[in-house]
Amino acid sequence: MSGGRARTPGRPPSQSEGSTFVPKAPAGTLYRGREGMWSWVAHRVTGIGLFFFLFAHVLDTALVRVSPEAYNEVIATYKNPIVGLLEVGLVAALVFHAFNGLRIVLVDFWSKGPRYQKQMFITVLVLWVVLMVPFTIRHLSHVFGG
Amino acid sequence: MTTTIPAPRSPRRLRGRTNTEMYAWMFMRASGVLLVILVFTHLFVNLMTGDGINALDFGFVAGKWADPVWQVWDLLMLWLAMLHGTNGLRTVINDYAERDQVRLWLKVGLYTATTITIVLGTLVIFTFDPCPPDAAADLLPSFCPVP
Ligand code: HEM
Ligand code: HEM
Repeated sequence: MSGGRARTPGRPPSQSEGSTFVPKAPAGTLYRGREGMWSWVAHRVTGIGLFFFLFAHVLDTALVRVSPEAYNEVIATYKNPIVGLLEVGLVAALVFHAFNGLRIVLVDFWSKGPRYQKQMFITVLVLWVVLMVPFTIRHLSHVFGG
Repeated sequence: MTTTIPAPRSPRRLRGRTNTEMYAWMFMRASGVLLVILVFTHLFVNLMTGDGINALDFGFVAGKWADPVWQVWDLLMLWLAMLHGTNGLRTVINDYAERDQVRLWLKVGLYTATTITIVLGTLVIFTFDPCPPDAAADLLPSFCPVP
């Protein structure tokens, strides 16, 4: 990474960057098509998804103020196998967003952050797998084991 | 008209702008770091301990909110996650909604949803009654007085 000018990942490139030559192929920049862009896309998509889940989640939790029956009924849908699989997806999105969020913080505040952004992205993916494998096994054994 | 572009990294003051966006940027990072602890613990306690998701019911929530630590925990999680998510979506709206009217109405919708969620969620935590008088006793936590 010595001569290259790495831009801060986690945000789209500004118009003024990298415009001195026109690349032949779309992948010919430091950012476009690389981990910097894809981590940004995934961070945005997971963030939006989490927001909509949280909105629904606060509404369903509010049923504790209606009656124990109403709350237990809605929480029963969380135990349904299909919803159980969706929960794995939700946690997968959250864990990615959380670790990649910490990577963004390190890129912004740690002096060596921008230099190691790619290594940190690989670390995010490794940690994501390390957490998701045991989580998925245990959660699905609850969901399908009754 | 000529526009003067100040030297990079010159103090904000000289550029004659307010710092609101910088505070929002800072808040995204600070709240994010706190949310890792808050939400990971939430998921671990609710899904990984004991019978996991099968243990969740009215009695489970009553047991947790009998403890002020979990009340404050959920309150912080609610406020930080909603404000973080709302500010994030504000950025997304600014990025994609190019027409002024569309942007305005999307933000009105966003802030309405945020206000409803935060107010409702906060009220639920603090007005929660673990032993509602006319409920079936077998659905209630064990600490409720037997009628
Ligand atoms: C499948 C995953 C999830 C399950 C089964 C679940 C379950 C629950 C339960 C049982 C409660 C009641 C109180 C308590 O246990 O503390 C609750 C409350 C809450 N949860 Fe979750 N949760 C999940 C995911 C999440 C996520 C990802 C977030 C944050 C982004 C979150 C944020 C909250 C908040 C803010 C409250 C308090 C709601 C209120 O103030 O009324 N939960 N959740
Ligand atoms: C679990 C810990 C979390 C961490 C460490 C985290 C971290 C971050 C960071 C650092 C940013 C970038 C802000 C910027 O570029 O200025 C961000 C953006 C965002 N976050 Fe989170 N976040 C977390 C949880 C959440 C939750 C629970 C939600 C949903 C309620 C959420 C929704 C968003 C959204 C919508 C964005 C904007 C994405 C974009 O502009 O592309 N985040 N997050």
